[in-house]
Parts: sequence; C-alpha cells; structure tokens
Amino acid sequence: MQPDISVEALIAGDRAEFARMVDLYSTPIYRLGLRMLGNPQDAEDILQNTFLSALTHLPSFEGRSSLATWLYRIAANEALMLLRKKKPEVDLEHDAEDDEDAPQPVQFADWSLLPEDELLTGEGKKLLDGAIQKLPEAMRLVFVLRDIEGLSIRETAEALNLTETNVKTRLLRARLSLREQLSAYYAERLLREE
Amino acid sequence: MNENIHDDCAHLLGSLSEYIDGALSPALCEEIEKHLAGCENCRVVLNTTKRTIDLVQSPVEQPPLPDDVRERLFKRLNLDDFLEARSG
Repeated sequence: MQPDISVEALIAGDRAEFARMVDLYSTPIYRLGLRMLGNPQDAEDILQNTFLSALTHLPSFEGRSSLATWLYRIAANEALMLLRKKKPEVDLEHDAEDDEDAPQPVQFADWSLLPEDELLTGEGKKLLDGAIQKLPEAMRLVFVLRDIEGLSIRETAEALNLTETNVKTRLLRARLSLREQLSAYYAERLLREE
Repeated sequence: MNENIHDDCAHLLGSLSEYIDGALSPALCEEIEKHLAGCENCRVVLNTTKRTIDLVQSPVEQPPLPDDVRERLFKRLNLDDFLEARSG
C-alpha cells in the first residue's frame, strides 16, 4: 500500500510528492469532469486547472478538510465555472426541488436480479450513462461525489459547501430518478423475456 | 403503492438513502424492515435502488485515466521527469 501523501512535503514544494498526489487523484477528478461536462476535452481542462490551482493554493492549505476533499472542492468549482460559461441560464447552486418531497416511484418491476453483464453491456450501459447525464447539474454533482467517487455525506457537503441535509435530499432524488429510468427500461425487457 | 400503507411507504421513501447507507438507528431500521416485510412495492424500490447504486460503482463505469491525458497533465504541471513513476 502507498503511504499517505505528506501535506508538509507538498507545502515545502516536494515535486515528487506532488506527482504522487496527482497520480492518486487524477483519475477520480477526470471522471468528475467527464460526468459533469460530458466530454473528454472539458474533463481534461478541469483536470489540468484543478492541479494548477492546487499548486498555487497549497501554501494556504490549512488542513481543515482532508487533502482529498480540498481537491474535490477545487475540481467541483472548476466544473461549475465551466458549466456556467456554457450554460449561463442554469442555476447551479440550487436544486429547484430541494424543498419538495422526493417524487413517488411509479415503476415496480424487480430487475435487481438480472446479471451485471446483462445490465452493463451495450444498450444498458448507454442507458445508465445517459440517465446520469440527464440529472440536473446541482443534483449530479452530489451524486458523482457520493455514489461514484465514494465520499461520505459529510465530505460531499464540505466539498460542495452545502449542508448535510441538502446533500442527503439531492442524493435521494438522484438515486430515485436513476432507479426510475432504469426500471422503465428493464420492465419492458423483463416483459419481453416472459 | 398500497393505499392503506401509503404513509408508511412515504416514510420509507424519505429514509431510503440512509437505510441503504446504514446510517439509521437500529430502532428505525427495525421499523423499516417491518414495513418491508409486508410491502412488496417498497421491497422492489429498495432492491432496485441498491442495484442502481451497485451498477454505477461497477468497474465498467469507472474507467482509468487515459495515458495521453496523464502525459499532457504531467507536462502542463512541469512534472515530466515523474512521468515514468506511476504511483496511483
């Protein structure tokens, strides 16, 4: 197992340690960019800008959050800045439905026992990726950090400067929305197989 | 969902995420499990939501960083001399 990244070494300008940090976090940050912007070029810009910004701001890193959360916060801000540029009409800070109850499920087909290779090949994978892409940005960002990258509720709240309650609300909506979209598709498939 | 237990279904739905994440007290879990035992629709919603989360966490959905993207990143950061030593 790799030893933890030394924040002291990073602040002291240790390039080898910085390179190690880049290798450790570049994959999830690139994925965040891909999920948020939907194309490799923008994801690469977010990736590069995140680490350039980290390099500039490392001396003022106070360790109030973990290094990972701090990097995700920078990456999320880079993604939001780029989204604002591309979609100035979208409110990225608020989820319009934050204050409402979660929508009621309408699909009740149980496809949960279908094997993964059936669910994640070809059409199924495209459907899932498309469904994630369709989530409103503010909700998607929470979902990406919590469910795709595995941050805790608290870390997600810290990275996005949200309350934990907000994170939980958006996460529940995102999960239910994806479930609903997948269920609509697989309900038909189950019917065809009967 | 069954109209007679509609309130319970709504209650479960509100706590679904936290139940899946194991963030609820044992007392609340017990309450939810009691409801689940008698409500098939809620069981389906729970199972398919869990499965949805499993799918997005599958390795197929988590591709690695392409080599050329890593190379350009290291060059941009003036870390070319560390390109060989992939440590991630």
